[in-house]
Amino acid sequence: MAKAKETVSRTLMVALILSIVFSVIVSTASVLLRPAQIKNQNLDIKTNILAASGILPEAASAEQIEDIFTRFDVRLVDLDSGAFVEPESVNVQDPMKFDMYKASSDPDMSTKIPPKEDMAGIKRRPNVAKVYLLREGDKVTRVVLPVHGYGLWSTLYGFVSLEGDLNTIEGLGFYAHAETPGLGGEVDNPRWKSQWVGKQLYDENKAEPQIRLVKGGVDANTANSQHKVDALSGATLTSRGVENLVNYWMGDRGYAAFLKKLREGKV
Amino acid sequence: MSDMTAKQVLFEPIFSNNPIGLQILGICSALAVTTSMNVTIVMCLSVIAVTAFSNLAVSLVRAKIPNSIRIIAQMTIIASLVIVVDQLLKAYAYEVSKQLSVFVGLIITNCIVMGRAEGFAMKNGPWLSFLDGIGNGMGYSVMLLFVAFFRELLGAGSLFGVTLLVPVSQGGWYVPNGLLLLPPSAFYIIGLAIWALRAWKPEQVEEADFKMSRHTHKEAF
Repeated sequence: MAKAKETVSRTLMVALILSIVFSVIVSTASVLLRPAQIKNQNLDIKTNILAASGILPEAASAEQIEDIFTRFDVRLVDLDSGAFVEPESVNVQDPMKFDMYKASSDPDMSTKIPPKEDMAGIKRRPNVAKVYLLREGDKVTRVVLPVHGYGLWSTLYGFVSLEGDLNTIEGLGFYAHAETPGLGGEVDNPRWKSQWVGKQLYDENKAEPQIRLVKGGVDANTANSQHKVDALSGATLTSRGVENLVNYWMGDRGYAAFLKKLREGKV
Repeated sequence: MSDMTAKQVLFEPIFSNNPIGLQILGICSALAVTTSMNVTIVMCLSVIAVTAFSNLAVSLVRAKIPNSIRIIAQMTIIASLVIVVDQLLKAYAYEVSKQLSVFVGLIITNCIVMGRAEGFAMKNGPWLSFLDGIGNGMGYSVMLLFVAFFRELLGAGSLFGVTLLVPVSQGGWYVPNGLLLLPPSAFYIIGLAIWALRAWKPEQVEEADFKMSRHTHKEAF
């Protein structure tokens, strides 16, 4: 018996049967659970968008989030021209299905950023970005823009939400990063995030974004306090990363063209 | 090993033969997923489920597995179960699965799972093996929860996400110990736990590898 167990054909047979049985188990689990997983992922993104724009009710249920989210107009924007593009031009039916982070690794759908201009440390930028607009009548009252950039250990992914003047920050939040817990990880601290509310991106010329993360706190007496946010203690590099990524994405290579058009009512 | 009773198999690994405390296995995930109690509990349940069912499956087919491919056969079983657990978490506990991220997948390489499959399930019946899996999973869990308790309480001032010691950053008085949120702190806590365990059960103390002899020669004046 012990010897019969060790023949080559038997070994192959056992290996084959085991592989088949377990691949069936794994694929069944994967196929059956797929819809629930996709639902979770979408809900997660929607929750983050609502949280960044400050309209997420506390302990909101999934239905509530879906319901509030339907008020958003999801559009795709060509970053260079600042104009809306149809979802078909990036081969999707529904703008929600477009993944700008996947696109940024596709040479046909992204542009290499010259190292000098790559403040956010992201190397490639997608040509088309996904933006979320909230309207009241014809007027845009809120714009949520996805941003990402490198901190100390990791790329931070988040959203910046702007008020209808397209200059005042309504909120900011990161939904994925791997910064040091307790130091750079404090980008998730609600108290720190609340400092961003009401800050101004641009000065009167509306040229370059002016956000600075500064040492030692910001109060009403600080010069240009409308552009300044207290940096995170013990997390200089994460703070610098956040400053750079906000300024990058709100600058010329980011959403500046789109915001300009939107401000002039040309989109 | 037929003299083992179900009760022994189930409860011995918790303190008398703790996989982390005595066998020093599965340390890597003990460092990585113990920053908060919620995450730790999900990780523990996942490991218990995987160890129990992989032991059961390995034990059921143990007579059929040719010796030459037994390790890879065990790996196939363990890996499949881990993928199923990972998929389940992504579908029903999405928040936690995001925090556990890659560590659920790494249960595959957790030495405890592999060690029990090879060391116990290959030689024992399905029922005992299943209990052994649960027992060892619980032994792992006890240690992880112990570590997570101190790390979350002292590192973040909370337990199960409920703030108990209000940290300074939220306007309270407690200055959190940031070290406890970083992996090395788990080493200290596990070390202290092993010390406590061996002080309580001295039979677990290993014999010294060598004995220092007395100084017989004065070297410096």
